[in-house]
Amino acid sequence: MSAQDEKNKAAASSPIVIVFFVVGLAVSLLVGWSIFPKLLYSQKKQPIDFSHSIHLDAAGDCESCHYFREDGSFSGIPELSNCVECHEEAQGEDPEEIKLIENYIEPNKEIPWLVYSRQPDCVFFSHAAHVNMGELECKTCHGMIGESDHVEIYEENRITGYSRNIWGKSIGGFKSNTWDRMKMDDCAECHDEHGTRQACFVCHK
Amino acid sequence: MKEEHKEGAHGHVEKYKYGMVIDLDKCTGCGACMVACMTENNVPFRKDESDKLVSTAWMRVFKATNGKSYPDIDVCYFPRPCMHCEGDHGHSPCVSVCPAVATDYDFETGIVSQIPTRCFGCRYCMAACPYHARYFNWWDPVWPDKMEKALSPDVSPRMRGVVEKCTFCFHRFQRARDKAYVEGRREIREDEYQTACTQACPADAITFGDLNNHEHEVYKLKKSPYAFRLLERLGTNPKVYYMSTRSWVRREGDNYLKGEKSK
Repeated sequence: MSAQDEKNKAAASSPIVIVFFVVGLAVSLLVGWSIFPKLLYSQKKQPIDFSHSIHLDAAGDCESCHYFREDGSFSGIPELSNCVECHEEAQGEDPEEIKLIENYIEPNKEIPWLVYSRQPDCVFFSHAAHVNMGELECKTCHGMIGESDHVEIYEENRITGYSRNIWGKSIGGFKSNTWDRMKMDDCAECHDEHGTRQACFVCHK
Repeated sequence: MKEEHKEGAHGHVEKYKYGMVIDLDKCTGCGACMVACMTENNVPFRKDESDKLVSTAWMRVFKATNGKSYPDIDVCYFPRPCMHCEGDHGHSPCVSVCPAVATDYDFETGIVSQIPTRCFGCRYCMAACPYHARYFNWWDPVWPDKMEKALSPDVSPRMRGVVEKCTFCFHRFQRARDKAYVEGRREIREDEYQTACTQACPADAITFGDLNNHEHEVYKLKKSPYAFRLLERLGTNPKVYYMSTRSWVRREGDNYLKGEKSK
């Protein structure tokens, strides 16, 4: 072993190098896992703090508001006319309900909801195929939203403009539930399992 | 009788085989199919559309004459959508050359897709297509003031640098299928899925339907002795049939040698 090698070996195991490595790793992880997501996503509040749980109790099921039209299309987020059916006049003293009536129902203005599951324009998604034929439950993709008391903050990717719910809350892309992410890989995963045909036009337009 | 989901080559399930029969004796060359197609599919256009090398038309009407002078001259118009070639078991000319798998052959519908978001614009498919059915976007689409609001939400507009082509109005198939699903059906009726050009044709020259389904009009029409396909001998196996009682028109459909017998 030459003198040079021995010098290197001594330097590699010196405590300063180890400290530098550990501190560097910690800083990188901190930046990557907590600072970067904060920079990447802007936070937006929904126009009204809507409670799904109250409405689910009153309406009984998801289909009362999120229904299929006769032509096979899906209503998605209900229109204002759907809200008016019950909220033409205030039913209580909740400030959110008063906001709904004063800001949207009285001037007859549609509520500008931010859609968590909005996909890019090139994606075709059929609710009829998944709910009616595939017999999937709403929560398989949308999670426990029906039981929530408040709407969550809408996080928008500053670069792409898409909702964070598409990529998922985990910046590393890890998921533990089927509803954690809404990426193409997640669609493909389920399509693979169920032997759905793999042609591009099944999901793209 | 409908042939039930027969197992095709390579183990693919062949459910539908959508195709078209165009009666050239009825076509007046009015171009309504082209206009309908452009509005239906958000096809971009330019101020000056005269340079056909750079303009886009998923459906284009070509003119052919028998080359004689008056009074023997005869004119025929060929509306040309994408032929949705099946080739040899889905080996379409364009699909087989695409390095990005941005276009594929769907064995369930027989439709050749084009996914602009996956395409990177090498234009190999355009070179491979013998029908010039594919177009390259040299520019981002620019719509006249407020026209953006009139675009179809069912078809995603394409950007600069990608190839696009006729899709047999596949979004209409998706819509028809959604309606069938909500009604608890899996089969789509003939009248539920028709392309925009078919419906726009004032002369009823275009017929669209499932070439495998004995009850569909196209199934009967394609068996006519006057039916032929363009450049059939290349082996592209296109799903667009043409019909004409005029023999010179049928001869236009392929590159026949002088004195060679034609269909």
